[in-house]
Amino acid sequence: MIEVEHLTKSYGRGNAVSDISFKVNKGEIVGFLGPNGAGKTTTMRIITGYLPATSGTARISGFDVAEQSLEVRKRIGYLPETPPLYPEMSVHAYLEFIARIKGVATADITNRTNYAMEATGLLERKDDLIKRLSRGYKQRVGIAQAIVHDPDVVILDEPTNGLDPNQILEVRNLINRLSGEHTIILSTHILKEVEETCQRVVIINKGRIVAEDTPQNLSKQRAGSERTHLLIRGDEAAVKAAIGTIEGIHSIEAKDKEGLLDVTVENQAGTDLRSQIAARVVTSGFELFELRSESLSLEEVFRQLTTEEKTEAAS
Amino acid sequence: MKNIIAIYRRELGSYFVSPIAYSVIGVFLAIVGLVFYFGMFSRIITDVMRYRMQAMQSGQAGDIDVPLILLQQLMGFAATVSLFMVPMLTMGSYAEERKRGTMEMLMTSPLTELQIVLGKFFSGLTLYILLIAPTLVFNLYVAKFSDPSFPWRILWSSYLGLVLLGAVLIAIGLFISSLTENQIVAGVVTFAVALMLWIINIFASDAGTTTGQVLQYLSVIRHYEDFTRGVIDTTSLVFYLTLTALGLFLTWQSLNSMRWRRA
Ligand SMILES: Nc1ncnc2c1ncn2[C@@H]1O[C@H](COP(=O)(O)OP(=O)(O)O)[C@@H](O)[C@H]1O
Ligand SMILES: [Mg+2]
Repeated sequence: MIEVEHLTKSYGRGNAVSDISFKVNKGEIVGFLGPNGAGKTTTMRIITGYLPATSGTARISGFDVAEQSLEVRKRIGYLPETPPLYPEMSVHAYLEFIARIKGVATADITNRTNYAMEATGLLERKDDLIKRLSRGYKQRVGIAQAIVHDPDVVILDEPTNGLDPNQILEVRNLINRLSGEHTIILSTHILKEVEETCQRVVIINKGRIVAEDTPQNLSKQRAGSERTHLLIRGDEAAVKAAIGTIEGIHSIEAKDKEGLLDVTVENQAGTDLRSQIAARVVTSGFELFELRSESLSLEEVFRQLTTEEKTEAAS
Repeated sequence: MKNIIAIYRRELGSYFVSPIAYSVIGVFLAIVGLVFYFGMFSRIITDVMRYRMQAMQSGQAGDIDVPLILLQQLMGFAATVSLFMVPMLTMGSYAEERKRGTMEMLMTSPLTELQIVLGKFFSGLTLYILLIAPTLVFNLYVAKFSDPSFPWRILWSSYLGLVLLGAVLIAIGLFISSLTENQIVAGVVTFAVALMLWIINIFASDAGTTTGQVLQYLSVIRHYEDFTRGVIDTTSLVFYLTLTALGLFLTWQSLNSMRWRRA
């Protein structure tokens, strides 16, 4: 449904997006996860034909977004980062206008606007002027305009950005309800968001894809790992060599801390290696001052994947 | 066509809920009305005096066509007020669209840029026609009491000129609005450009030279004066329509390049 291949976008100096490739299959909900400035909006603008790519291709339903832009635009619903609203219009007049310019047949316009308002819970506010709506309701109007013409693909750029927790929950439920009927790609910088709504997650950082999997697998793979902190007196290379041979260890990092070595060991979850590590440290002749263990939360997985120094250690 | 109509209707609808449209129409009619009511009489009195003087010197009595003077005065004044009012109507058209992020929605909809340009232009022109239409009332009032008979031909040719003039100003205003996100900047620049086209003939001190002739030709108001004398000159028609088309074409290019300039 969506095929992105080797997409690169440069705004002049440096790449905002570098060599991104991913696919979204029909009916899937895919989350595009990354910190601010990662390149999510840029990627979505390219997919929607709003921005040209510097190199690489993107196709929607087989149509190239640059070469066959009009065909692509017929098939997408897009909620930009700021909902594109006309504040002086009423909700239903606005949605009727959108339906018209998105090519909905005149006979279907009433049906489609009603459908969109029903799906987004806007029916009882249909005659309200958009400028009188709360932020959460404005966001719903933004989502309604993205689905009013029954597009093949729905692209939502940070649909819950700036909403309060209740509103976030509402929008999340709304997206879940839409999931059966549309192929959806949504971006967010909040991990929880994708965990609860998406079937697949693409994590992007500094314009590059750093991980791509189901939320379950990502949690298992990474959040499942455990960390052990040690405070040791000894030579860094020797310590690393000694501990590194223990089975089940993913990575070892060490830095100096007030004359001692602050060592962080990452290992597979469920395998408690603390006693083994302690034994190895002591038998190798180092002094052990402290040893404690902690689990990686999902937040940390995300942080780990999106902070540069740690990306290298983790991969 | 369906798309152009959709844009046209939304745009016109927005005009009529915006305070700007109502203030512009209100101010326009108030100024034209006041000038009509007070200004005209003093003008006629001075004209009468002048004719009397001439008559005394030459020994023959000249006739004064009061209805014609009234009509030409009013239409001349309506054109001048348009110069100030049209920038206020057009300044927000694209600038606001860009600022509110609705441009991104339009550009990712299955619309062509030309459809957006035409929809917006015709809604602006419609509003302009609604703006000047009430001045007909003043003229019809004059026509009712007119003696000698009212110069109908001049009335219609003047209105044709006024609409064509408006089309030029709107096309220019929309183009400038498409260049910026700031509608105040758009309004001020539009006014400045329109004013330039208005008074450019002042710089043509010597109409004999080629430059002088070009500058004369470029003066928007000189062509308009033809219309208010009942002359529908092809050169003037071509001039207005060309300028309008040029403004629309530039707007179209501006939207096209917007898609690629963001690079
Ligand atoms: N119009 C632009 N001109 C120049 N740089 C831009 C522009 N838009 C975005 N960028 C840069 O590109 C990078 C990616 O931005 P963006 O796609 O908006 O990220 P995200 O949506 O993930 O927060 C950022 O470093 C940002 O500063
Ligand atoms: Mg963004």
